[in-house]
Amino acid sequence: MRNSDFVPMTVGADPIPRPTLVPGATPHYVQPLLKTPFHNRARALSQRDSFIPWAGYTTVDVFTNVEQEYFAIRNATTLYDLTPMVKYRIAGPSALSYLNRLITRDISKLKVGRVAYSAWCNDAGHLIDDGTVFRLGESEYRLCTAERQLDWLLSSAIGFDQLVIEEVTEQIAALAMQGPTSYAVLAAAGLVGVERLKPFEIGTFDLDGASLMVSRTGFTGDLGYELWMDPSHAERAWDVLMAAGYTRGIRAIGSSALNIARIEAGFLQPNVDFVSSAHTVLIGRDRSPLELGLEWLVDFDKPYFTGRRALVEERRCGPARRLVGLDIEGNKPAHNALLYSDRGGRKEVGSVTSATWSPTCKRNIALAIIDAPHFTTGNPVWADIYLNRELVWERRMVRARIVERPFFAPDRRKATPPGNY
Amino acid sequence: MAQQTSPPAAQQSPARYDFIVIGGGHNGLVCAATLARAGRRVLVLEAQSRVGGAAATREFAPGFRVSSCAHLLHLMPADLIRGLALESHGLEFAARGMPTTALRPGGLPLTVTEAGVSGGDAGAGDPAGGDADAYAAYTQRMRRFAGALAPLLGKVPPRLGTDDWPDRWALLRLAWQIRRLGKRDMRELLRIGGMNVYDLLKEHFQSPLLQGALGFDAVLGSNFGPRSPGSVFTLLYRLAAAYEAGGAPLSQPTGGLGSLSRALAAAAVAAGAEVRTNAAVQRITVQNHRASGVQLASGETIVADTVISNVDPQATFLRLLGTEYLDAGFTRRVSHLRTRGLTAKMHLALDDLPRFTSVSDEALGGRLLIAPSLEYLERAFNHSKYGEFSSAPAIEITLPTVNDPTLAPSGKHVISAVVQYAPYTLREGWEQGRQQFAEIIVETIERYSPGLGKSISSAQLLTPADIEREFRITGGHWHHAELALDQFFMMRPVPGAAQYQTPVDGLYLCGAGCHPGGGVMGTAGRNAARQVLGQAA
Repeated sequence: MRNSDFVPMTVGADPIPRPTLVPGATPHYVQPLLKTPFHNRARALSQRDSFIPWAGYTTVDVFTNVEQEYFAIRNATTLYDLTPMVKYRIAGPSALSYLNRLITRDISKLKVGRVAYSAWCNDAGHLIDDGTVFRLGESEYRLCTAERQLDWLLSSAIGFDQLVIEEVTEQIAALAMQGPTSYAVLAAAGLVGVERLKPFEIGTFDLDGASLMVSRTGFTGDLGYELWMDPSHAERAWDVLMAAGYTRGIRAIGSSALNIARIEAGFLQPNVDFVSSAHTVLIGRDRSPLELGLEWLVDFDKPYFTGRRALVEERRCGPARRLVGLDIEGNKPAHNALLYSDRGGRKEVGSVTSATWSPTCKRNIALAIIDAPHFTTGNPVWADIYLNRELVWERRMVRARIVERPFFAPDRRKATPPGNY
Repeated sequence: MAQQTSPPAAQQSPARYDFIVIGGGHNGLVCAATLARAGRRVLVLEAQSRVGGAAATREFAPGFRVSSCAHLLHLMPADLIRGLALESHGLEFAARGMPTTALRPGGLPLTVTEAGVSGGDAGAGDPAGGDADAYAAYTQRMRRFAGALAPLLGKVPPRLGTDDWPDRWALLRLAWQIRRLGKRDMRELLRIGGMNVYDLLKEHFQSPLLQGALGFDAVLGSNFGPRSPGSVFTLLYRLAAAYEAGGAPLSQPTGGLGSLSRALAAAAVAAGAEVRTNAAVQRITVQNHRASGVQLASGETIVADTVISNVDPQATFLRLLGTEYLDAGFTRRVSHLRTRGLTAKMHLALDDLPRFTSVSDEALGGRLLIAPSLEYLERAFNHSKYGEFSSAPAIEITLPTVNDPTLAPSGKHVISAVVQYAPYTLREGWEQGRQQFAEIIVETIERYSPGLGKSISSAQLLTPADIEREFRITGGHWHHAELALDQFFMMRPVPGAAQYQTPVDGLYLCGAGCHPGGGVMGTAGRNAARQVLGQAA
């Protein structure tokens, strides 16, 4: 509830102050989703009127059609409204030691002006969330997360003084600009020196007279940037970038197209590939970073972090299951398929969490959780795929192979200076 | 905070110890003595100039000495006293089997002992013959419950949800202890276990004075009023501890509780332990994710294989260790421990022996209770919920000089009183409220002892805030952490540290914040020593 929507009622002698509406304001219970600073621009471009909620905001699922938007990611450049991404400011003299106790990577190695992807766990070593840490200054960080978790951040702050933790989601408008021509569009928009940004590096530039923070990060596994700005500058920035990218095929995209790209890149989606241990109810539904193939994020040589004791023990025993990539025969996406070790479907060994036909790889790919010891790369499994063909359900037992992720990782994503496509 | 690194060799003490015990309170000393007797090299570090912690004797006015926090001994197991040969190390008793007298304003008091109730005023409704019979039945049954629960206290609590046989065995044994009470008693124990003591005593007794006296023991040293849920549990705890102590009646060590601590220290030293006073620990040092020793306030670093903390859990984890070595969820549980004391201590230096209305000389050597009814107790408690002290407090009075004249100049006397309720956080602040509360306490006692005020030459009030500062107990709670069902046994102080072992390798707890809790018992210290020695049964 935003306080500005309400004024206290002064009618009668009722001792309890009750809120009443400001004339003209839309009450939160009529339209509970917030609008991002890019909403009017998105609304204007939306042909499908396909909006979905994301972290309390209404955002676009599909603007025109998914294929068109997907191919813009891989062949041109795209704008994706990232504002609902939850952002925390973490600052103060003990911010470094605080973050190092919170997350699984050694944050002391992160230099000013760099970004690190990381994960954080509860005491049992189960993943709460993954996200990115931006080091904006000597003791000034930004933590970007998929879901709100101020409670956990504050609990983790017990014993650390001189620390500021505040949510700044609404104070920052954010756009993801992803695709092979993204650098060229930024250069055309007048961002001088943006070619020097290496992957996971941050720079500050001038865009049409306003300051724009640019990080070379993204969720597509392609060349791309994320742009962070003051909300008052959001619409102007959108217009300038759209104009600058006109000849390079710029297109606004929604979450559906992004989802195909992120599966190709092998990235995890919370509540799809894992459920945060802050939310799981059923026993055994928590996932550890070792199970999710994120062991490269876990630094056992750094100072203590929450979950370390449990993860040391898990590493000793070996994870009970593992998230893997699957290359599946045929072209029918294995949505929600159960996986078996045999064609007869007698021994169930796991299930698919994300699946798609990869238009770029021309492969039928998926992310799946598979029990030990069946998760070894190269191991064959069988996917039980259900197909609805004109309202008649058919069942296919299809051979699949466990493969390394990512499925798609073009060299252009890392090249510095980036290609001027 | 960055990882602590090894200090230069020159700064390190030459001696290397198997164990460092932080804090020379009675649990720390029991733990150290037990470990030293097992042949281990033990160092006890005490911040104050004397050992003893809250079991200490201090001069509070020129020539007047008093047990400065705890003032009675009745929970320490007889086999612990025997096992450490405390009597050969100087422990003597000035009084044993001290009676309890429930004072009545302007009327005849009631004497309560294990054997029965006597005295009272039939005209005032007690103790009617019915109550005497009810008292016998009540004490017998409570004694059976105490007997069933007592073995729990001397054991390391089991962990839940493990496949280890010792844990399963301990849980089975607990179930068996309760099952073997028989159907009627078992049902009654389960019925009253979560009840409040007000309802329980109203079921059994007619006499308000008897109800008040029995209810007082249920809320003594706790954040409970008689109507608080779980106040039967605290009573059962006290009875079980007394049962485990061998039914040891209320006792007063000669020279005050400080002489118990001196005897404990002497027993530890005789067994080979080293005890250093004026050695305040600043930090527990950690290397390679393991406790490696301690750093003193002086900067000196001492290394040891294992560090055992007699300090309260919040101070141990949040201050001495530092949360950067702990999981965030565990840290949150520790920070949520209820640690605020609600009990004050009042010391009065008297020019002559006070007279209490209708109280015999013999009774003056026991404890005198001002808790004339359960309603009185509950009203006294009400204030504390709102950050106020009681306007009519409940008080446990002892006159230690009656049994032990050496504590005061010849012919003079001391009152040592435990006073409830005094909130740790007083709304107006203790600087502001201290004088008024002290006056209320004296006025309250004077109602039962006319003329007392004129013989007071000096007075000292220790609020929970003072107890926190002087005895280094976070929150100033006797038990370090509230004794309640949710902070007991497998949950004491918090899951993850309830077996004396903390999540940090090489760091153990041994204080009142652990199972089975405080009171001058020593069981936590002994259990912890057995656990670190791998001898826990």
